[in-house]
Amino acid sequence: MPVVKFTYALKRFFPGLKDTPAKSVILSDVLDEIEMVYPGINSYILDEQGNLRRHVNIFINGSMIPDRAKLDSEVSEKSEIHIIQALSGG
Amino acid sequence: MKPTILLGTRKGLIAYHFKNGKWQAENLSFEGTPVSIAYADPRTGDWWACLDHGHWGVKLHRSKDRGANWEEVTAPAYPEGAEIKEGMPATTRYIWAMAHGGQKFQSRLWIGTDPGGLFMSEDAGDSFQLVESLWNHPTRKDGWFGGGRDQPGIHSVVVDPRNENHIHIGISCAGVFESVDAGKTWEIRNKGLRAEFLPDPDAQAGHDPHILVAAPTNPDILWQQNHCGIFRSVDAGKSWQDIGQPEGPANFGFAIAVADDNAEQAWVAPANSDMTRTAIKGALCICRTDDGGKTWKDFRKGLPQENCFDIVYRHALVSSGEAVAFGTTTGNLFFSPDRGESWQTINNYLPMIYSVQFAD
Repeated sequence: MPVVKFTYALKRFFPGLKDTPAKSVILSDVLDEIEMVYPGINSYILDEQGNLRRHVNIFINGSMIPDRAKLDSEVSEKSEIHIIQALSGG
Repeated sequence: MKPTILLGTRKGLIAYHFKNGKWQAENLSFEGTPVSIAYADPRTGDWWACLDHGHWGVKLHRSKDRGANWEEVTAPAYPEGAEIKEGMPATTRYIWAMAHGGQKFQSRLWIGTDPGGLFMSEDAGDSFQLVESLWNHPTRKDGWFGGGRDQPGIHSVVVDPRNENHIHIGISCAGVFESVDAGKTWEIRNKGLRAEFLPDPDAQAGHDPHILVAAPTNPDILWQQNHCGIFRSVDAGKSWQDIGQPEGPANFGFAIAVADDNAEQAWVAPANSDMTRTAIKGALCICRTDDGGKTWKDFRKGLPQENCFDIVYRHALVSSGEAVAFGTTTGNLFFSPDRGESWQTINNYLPMIYSVQFAD
């Protein structure tokens, strides 16, 4: 079962955030699943057009996803999906 | 004077309260997060915080207890398929203006955004809808552009208290637009302005009113600190007159405030030209006119007069009765009890200040 891991920075807005298992095999469906668990979280990760926010990255098994709009990367039973923030700003 | 000063800053929302003859810090919320606008709705007392998370997008929060508790409400969002230009999807990049819809429309709120969308709520801010008529205005895609920000932004929403469906908005860069039907239709109101940065300074759109305000005692009298000077209208924006000082200091700047009891009195916070955007000759002053812009006086007592780099952003100069206050880009907050003639320092060590509002 793939597991979604979140940057600590998101815990400021979602204090109950923890490693969360998912069932889906496509990243966009995984994000729909975590939205059900943490209502509102996708508005922090995606913009209103459904694209990954500019300063947010998603890695699957250590590799950055290639498409930030379709979010159609495949995930597998053992995938680790990391949702992280870019380190920018001051 | 209203006894609260609400600040939107680079590092949070900060409130001061006037008590026992001095300003005292009352609240700090969203520490570390840029607050583009901190807004108190005078009808309800609700506080609003427009957040600009660098990573997580624009967010909107509301407090019904002066910042003790906040609830996140859905921020204005562009509908699917909305585009800034061909092939460039529109998303809310920044909230740059917030205004209540008036006494008659108790549940109405307006929000202005970068990239140029105006949003309206009819349910007290629980949800906001894009004003499509303005978004689809024929001048937008080719005649509007960024000024102060990468994309066009609405920084001013002025509601006429005599007819609260009558509004003016200010857009950088597009200019002043007027609606008499709550945003269903729009007229461009740029006659008399100059856009010196354009090939055609008299272009229909593309003007840069840094901020637009109306005189509370006569809402037909509008004032704007423009990129190309200071302008005033006595006919609700149908024509504009240049009232700045050609040789300064009252000429270039970002902010303007008009007295709430005198349509002839206003303040500006002059800055060096757009080439440098610094304090003029390293000194800070506030200029006031008492005669509708025919003459200006500059006041400096209590303000730094050397080695100063402060300028005042467009939402950061306000008045309330005898009081005037402003916040600066280098985190200084100043207060005048005598209509700007002398100044006291409230704090020298704040973050960059984006917005200042007097509130109850």
